[in-house]
Amino acid sequence: MPCAVLRRARRRNDLLAKAASKSAASSKKNAEPAVTDSAASDDNFALRSLQDEHARQKRFDASTEEFLEFYQKMLLIRRFEERAGQLYGLGLIGGFCHLYIGQEAVAVGIQSALDEGKDSVITGYRDHGHMLAYGIDPKIIMAELTGRQAGISHGKGGSMHMFSTDHAFYGGHGIVGAQVPLGAGLAFAHKYREDGGVCVAYFGDGAANQGQVYETFNMASLWGLPIVFVIENNQYAMGTSVKRSSAETHFYRRGTAFRIPGMQVDGMDVLEVRQATEIAVKHVREGNGPVLMELSTYRYRGHSMSDPAKYRTREEVDGVRQTRDPIEHAKAELIERGIAEDKLKQIDADIRARVTEAADFAENSPEPAPSELYTDVLVGSY
Amino acid sequence: MSIELKMPALSPTMEEGTLSKWLVKEGDEVKSGDILAEIETDKATMEFEAVDEGTIGKIVVPEGTEGVKVGTVIAVIGGDGEAVSAPAPAAAPAPAEAPAPAPAAKAEKPAAAPAADPEIPAGTNMITVTVREALRDAMAEEMRRDDRVFVMGEEVAEYQGAYKVTQGLLEEFGAKRVIDTPITEYGFAGIGTGAAMGGLRPIVEFMTFNFAMQAIDHIINSAAKTNYMSGGQMRCPVVFRGPNGAASRVGAQHSQNYGPWYASVPGLIVIAPYDASDAKGLLKAAIRCDDPVVFLENELVYGRHFELAQLDDHVLPIGKARIVREGKDVTIVSYSIGVGLALEAAETLAGEGIDAEVIDLRTLRPLDTETVLKSLAKTNRVVVAEEGWPQCSIASEIVAVCMEQGFDDLDAPVARVCNEDVPLPYAANLEKMALVDAARIVEAAKKVCYR
Repeated sequence: MPCAVLRRARRRNDLLAKAASKSAASSKKNAEPAVTDSAASDDNFALRSLQDEHARQKRFDASTEEFLEFYQKMLLIRRFEERAGQLYGLGLIGGFCHLYIGQEAVAVGIQSALDEGKDSVITGYRDHGHMLAYGIDPKIIMAELTGRQAGISHGKGGSMHMFSTDHAFYGGHGIVGAQVPLGAGLAFAHKYREDGGVCVAYFGDGAANQGQVYETFNMASLWGLPIVFVIENNQYAMGTSVKRSSAETHFYRRGTAFRIPGMQVDGMDVLEVRQATEIAVKHVREGNGPVLMELSTYRYRGHSMSDPAKYRTREEVDGVRQTRDPIEHAKAELIERGIAEDKLKQIDADIRARVTEAADFAENSPEPAPSELYTDVLVGSY
Repeated sequence: MSIELKMPALSPTMEEGTLSKWLVKEGDEVKSGDILAEIETDKATMEFEAVDEGTIGKIVVPEGTEGVKVGTVIAVIGGDGEAVSAPAPAAAPAPAEAPAPAPAAKAEKPAAAPAADPEIPAGTNMITVTVREALRDAMAEEMRRDDRVFVMGEEVAEYQGAYKVTQGLLEEFGAKRVIDTPITEYGFAGIGTGAAMGGLRPIVEFMTFNFAMQAIDHIINSAAKTNYMSGGQMRCPVVFRGPNGAASRVGAQHSQNYGPWYASVPGLIVIAPYDASDAKGLLKAAIRCDDPVVFLENELVYGRHFELAQLDDHVLPIGKARIVREGKDVTIVSYSIGVGLALEAAETLAGEGIDAEVIDLRTLRPLDTETVLKSLAKTNRVVVAEEGWPQCSIASEIVAVCMEQGFDDLDAPVARVCNEDVPLPYAANLEKMALVDAARIVEAAKKVCYR
């Protein structure tokens, strides 16, 4: 490679890195150049090009109505999950139950940028929050959690296995990382049918270490599939922190070897999530192949209900709650915009009532009929 | 308005716990997220968080109390008196109202009677084709019929198929529908499964089912279980196909029969045909099927020639065994390459005065036990021949079915003739020793006939 090109490439890296570190205030990790020389020197492929665009305008210019809607959705997820935790404590929800508390801005911000009826979504086992963000009725989600006939899977799926083909929400998958190639398959179907849709496949920092994720990155990039890979980096894969599990903790870089541009996004700010998603989705929808977004977020509760979360300090959790909470931040900003506190209180009361209604419904609905045991094993009869 | 705080269940198995420590005292104001107490469960010591706001009214169970049953009231929070007076939040309902055990009523498993093979009209032209050609034609015909059908796998397109099963498909259907994948079974099995969930009809070819072991998670956890787990919302009409079982001198890692593995999984259809007519008719049925199908072929059979009726649309019923040779003295049940051996054995037995009936199971799941039991009722003796290991095999399943449902018809214990219970060796002599053959089937048939 000629020296001049190399030097120019390095300079570009420095500029990009500077832009990135200036923009991602929450991250301490932007000191080194974000791009390898060979990737950056390839004119067809600027790894951080989308990050650059993201850095130019970090936050979505939401109207107050839009912002209020995001706030309400996030609050609904939080109150719903708190109640799910309670019902678990009462023995009404069994097995595994993974709460989304703390991560609300991710699902709400991303969902708001999607084209309903066109785009598809898939995620892992921490799925209740996503379903609420896509507008699925809290009653049938809660009824699935309590294992009732009225549940979205007729009580046969449970917390980790919920789907709504009506909302193009394809689960709800209990095997860590499985949703990534499945999502690429949904994206494959969008491309095959030429329906203009994009698939969003969510997975965590833990799933990001599964081999099938990289098999999928390779094929998705090779075939130019319309997919946004979203890594919800909540810092812990069950009890193992990213530092203890990942050689490369900057997950947005993990697509580099497959020529997938990465974006680093503050997942605790719903407006930033929304803005970044617009950039990613536009890039994908225009036929440029996949994008990898890393959303830095945090889960307040244990991995599942039986996780005492001794791998982190109470101070760490409180620190995030006090300084980065997506809902508190949105609330403060709404008040700054002139929304009366009374109105926010009323919103909270309305949401609590909705969640209570869902919980009552979930508790009082009948269990599945015994005949349900044998239905839906196969579609056909042979 | 007061809220009762109850001893929470903090793990899937917890029934009682120790209230180790109260972190609040009566009169304390608490808000959502505050830690109220530490509770020791069967797994760990957990923090118990407040969900509602209010004042701790009364602590009912003092700290240090052991064996506190889940659902016991441990404290009472006074309401915050705000307008949040909507329906009583928190743990109002008593745990006694928790789900009652499922009604004792025994649910009946619906049974479907498998259809019979369609009659071949008189005067139909019969042609001779290889199994390889029959499989290719099945895919080509279905791809012409339904544009949602596509083929993906290693070397299926430009190379024309590692075993030439997809020969000519790229030329006719183009690169959009005949897709070469990288060597990445787990990944492309997942993509194929996802594409089926997204409404397409993928045919995923594995170069051999030995490599599908890398992908078995998607075949079972993603494809087979999702329809059930979604309450019937999520269809997954994918066909996983490719050669299965021993080929010739390729050693243990390339020679396994996965029929029993897949046939044990509810939610899957498993087909393992022997001849060209069944290969074509059942592959077409598999592609049209709304359920995920594992379609097990055999490399050694690909090049064999069979008669095939020249029909416009040759589709056979899934889940139906076929009597390939009628007989009255003993029933030999087999599938895939074993059917050829069973027919060979039947010829030898005929020379010795034993009239053997040979059944080709064709579909391993759902298993056509009716045809097997009917034949047992006629011959009263059964031998199962399987190119595969004996333990937990299709053969052991047939033995169980005959014992459970045909016990009174049996005049001798059912015999299994399987491969030797060893990884398949490479050396020609050892490989031959390890694999099922016609001579061993003959021997077993004579034994059950007490001859």
